[in-house]
Amino acid sequence: MKFVDEFRSNEYSKLLVENLKSITCNKINIMEVCGSHTMAIFRYGIRDILPPNVNLISGPGCPVCVTPQSYIDTALELSSRKDVIMASFGDMMKIPGRKGSLLKKKAEGADIRIVYSPMDCLIIAQENPSKQIIFLAVGFETTAPMTAVTAIEARKKGLSNLFFFTAHKIVPPVMEALVNDPDLNLDGFLLPGNVCAIIGTEPFQFLSKNFMIPGVVTGFEPVDILQGLVTLVSLISQKDPRISNDYKRIVRTDGNPKARQYMDEAFNLVDSNWRGIGKVPKSGLEFNREFEEFDAIKHFGISYEAYDGGSGCRCGEILKGKIKPTQCPLFKKLCTPENPVGSCMVSSEGTCAAYFRYYKEL
Amino acid sequence: MNTIMLSHGSGGTQTNQLINDLFFKYFSNDILNQMNDAAQINIDFKKLAFTTDSFVVNPIFFAGGNIGKLAVCGTVNDLSVSGAKPLYLTSAFIIEEGFSMANLEIIVQSMAEEAKKSGVKIVAGDTKVVEKGNADGLYINTSGIGEIYKNVNINCANALPGDVVIVNGTLGDHGMTILCERNNLGFEGDLTSDCACLNTLVDCMLEAYNGIHVIRDATRGGVAAVLNEISDFSDVTIALEEILIPIKEEVKGAAEMLGLDPLYIANEGKLCALVPEAQANQVLSAMRTHPLGANAAIIGRVTEELGHRVYMNTVVGGKRLVDMPSGILLPRIC
Ligand code: SF4
Repeated sequence: MKFVDEFRSNEYSKLLVENLKSITCNKINIMEVCGSHTMAIFRYGIRDILPPNVNLISGPGCPVCVTPQSYIDTALELSSRKDVIMASFGDMMKIPGRKGSLLKKKAEGADIRIVYSPMDCLIIAQENPSKQIIFLAVGFETTAPMTAVTAIEARKKGLSNLFFFTAHKIVPPVMEALVNDPDLNLDGFLLPGNVCAIIGTEPFQFLSKNFMIPGVVTGFEPVDILQGLVTLVSLISQKDPRISNDYKRIVRTDGNPKARQYMDEAFNLVDSNWRGIGKVPKSGLEFNREFEEFDAIKHFGISYEAYDGGSGCRCGEILKGKIKPTQCPLFKKLCTPENPVGSCMVSSEGTCAAYFRYYKEL
Repeated sequence: MNTIMLSHGSGGTQTNQLINDLFFKYFSNDILNQMNDAAQINIDFKKLAFTTDSFVVNPIFFAGGNIGKLAVCGTVNDLSVSGAKPLYLTSAFIIEEGFSMANLEIIVQSMAEEAKKSGVKIVAGDTKVVEKGNADGLYINTSGIGEIYKNVNINCANALPGDVVIVNGTLGDHGMTILCERNNLGFEGDLTSDCACLNTLVDCMLEAYNGIHVIRDATRGGVAAVLNEISDFSDVTIALEEILIPIKEEVKGAAEMLGLDPLYIANEGKLCALVPEAQANQVLSAMRTHPLGANAAIIGRVTEELGHRVYMNTVVGGKRLVDMPSGILLPRIC
């Protein structure tokens, strides 16, 4: 059996589900923080096979969903400027701003390119010396190091026409905000394996030290997720608030020091606005003094203030796990993947999109 | 370098040269050679299938084929999965000024090869050259006519409870190859397009059992789109078994990285057939004797449940909806 299949094995999954059922505990609320977890949970129908006392809540772990609407509006404005080439990850293209989406701007003639890595922007910048290239630098600890490396490379190459409109965020501070929220009653976390691969497990220790809440680092295959749940539910039932790494094949305790070094070299930690959640202290990354020249906000002299869309979208409550998409009056009626009202419906990892795509009474 | 110039499309000497030196060289046959404005073909009172399709793939050359091969296979397959024997094709070229003549020849050559393999004749054509910047290299349109077999009734609305869903091999190969090549994603392993003419495979399936209810080629939107259409038209529920769905390791890996689902990715040499359970094995065994059906597999069935939807029993024993794809496939951030 090949790598991927081993982690999608039927027999082993059944065993894990049996295991899960045999652990006795009260009703518990577990948040999966990461959008990739949310998507995998839906894609494999994992919610259906869990014992009824285990309640999964989807958290704010999709970078597209937590980016404030003002960011999109500003990006739209920048994309229509003369001599600008905008480069973006695919999932940003459909997010509705006040005046359409990037996809719409592109159709109207703006030069907007979908890239798979910020490094692609180096080539675009070299090939188009008379244009100004702006990369929409969005994402968590998983993508921020690449932005940093790209800026470092751009400097080495002496490129003066590449800029980054940064909205990078880091995950641990928003989790602290969530556990502090009196309305949420979280018993444990499935921790994002890809983020931990960069920052390690240490930054999540506050959960157990300060809040007595356990967490399990796990991967994205169905067996990873089920295995992670077995560990987490046992920790919860034993009242053992440990942070367990169940994704050792990828995640080292100290993460990826090299990647972190790049981030430290280029970024400062700043307060950041999360869509629907608000300002979270020290949860965003901004170019530091040394790298200021790459900062699109400074270069283009944009005044950029955070605000969210006020169109009745309940993304905020969704991102905090307070309501399910089916409780949003717009869900499936006014808000669909073709015509998304909020960002949770746009991103392939958004909770509303996951519900829409995979979840129907079967 | 010898390239296409605007004059190649202007209808004069150069156009004739292009037609004689290139298109006739490869496509030559009794009907085309008459050089009429329209091909004159003799077809008695027969039931015909007629279709057209345009091809704009980028990159024009990809692992496993090129735009020309695709243009012939695509139209041949559309005819063939309608239960028709593909007979005649037309092909129209829209070429960007400056396009390499050598590349054009390679493309035309592979069209001729595919046409020969699948037994169709290219009987009429058209060439237009547009100014540099007004097209992306080369676009091809092909139209095709086929004769519908007697005693065969294949239709999207024919699926019935109890039918099994058969595919002729691994899913998502073409779309994933194009996506990775277009963006230089540099995935290791060999991603290759499955681009192929399926008519001989369909013949061999119909020979095994001519009462097959539905056959569709699973191009854009992948198997998910096709099955949703079938479930809609036939008003039936289709249940897929994830564990039975053949997907190449490379495709699985790349799809995983990009957050895409192979069920929704385009194929160019894959069909989906709905066959009554009693005849499923004879059809399946026949398919497996054909090189394009070596990995044929049953991936699901039409259930007795009311309503029209497609769902999947997942490898871990859960269930999930397989909805109609919507919008364009946009790879995710992380
Ligand atoms: S369904 Fe749409 S409007 Fe409602 S919360 Fe989700 S994204 Fe917002």
